[in-house]
Amino acid sequence: MKDNGSYQPYSYFQLMEVSLRELLVEKGIVTETQVAEEVAAMRMRTPAIGAKVVARAWVDDSYKQKLLENGSRACEELGIEVAALKLVVVENTPSTHNVVVCTLCSCYPRMLLGIPPEWYKSRSYRSRTVSEPRAVLAEFGLRIDENMKIRVHDSTADMRYLVLPMRPAGTDGWNEERLAAVVTRDCMIGVAVPKSS
Amino acid sequence: MVEARFKPGDRVKVRKAYPLGHIRTPFYIRGHSGVIERICGAFGNPEELAQQRSGEPKQPLYRVRFVQNEVWPAYKGNPEDVLEVEIFQHWLE
Repeated sequence: MKDNGSYQPYSYFQLMEVSLRELLVEKGIVTETQVAEEVAAMRMRTPAIGAKVVARAWVDDSYKQKLLENGSRACEELGIEVAALKLVVVENTPSTHNVVVCTLCSCYPRMLLGIPPEWYKSRSYRSRTVSEPRAVLAEFGLRIDENMKIRVHDSTADMRYLVLPMRPAGTDGWNEERLAAVVTRDCMIGVAVPKSS
Repeated sequence: MVEARFKPGDRVKVRKAYPLGHIRTPFYIRGHSGVIERICGAFGNPEELAQQRSGEPKQPLYRVRFVQNEVWPAYKGNPEDVLEVEIFQHWLE
């Protein structure tokens, strides 16, 4: 809702959210402080967390192997809590590109990337990424060579997915911090690839 | 926990059924055949959890790999393009 100073009625979902929250507080199930803290914690999570994981995998091959074998455990090693969810890390190679979608809702590795972008939840992205991934990626400005294979991952149940992009050329000798800066959110969803400049 | 009936590499077919409820098997993949990519573990059955029941016994969850050309007749792309979907065991045969 735009706050331009004039009165605007709540939308259906805003009304439902306020009603539910007030009931939960009234019944003593949660406190207002807990709600505020949870919202703050959610907003603190950003794609920088995922970028740190990717950069570590780029500089440390044994870490990369651990990440591909058991994503949740490898993240915990860096102090990132992935709760009860299981993280599947999928690796881009010169012959395979990976892209993630949730056709049923908007499942997303929030612990690594924060709040999903609006387009990730759109009907168009969700329905078209599974059936015409090449056309969708081209709309993001990413043209995948005909000879390359595309693996689309539909996040339909309890797994969450992170794409491990390829380390771009021209980044030899870069430290983890500098590498992490080129790993954007979109690279880790699979709709972009990192660039060194 | 229900025991896993399939292993990676097994060919499976997704049940073509349309029951009501909270079902995590997308419509577009029902009736299609694929290959088990990995076993993800066992998780509470979402169809039960959505009804405020326990979700027990836990159901094995798989990642199943489908060939895009077989799923979408008009698919444009590399014939090796694949689609991987998480599917619970009770939806596989």
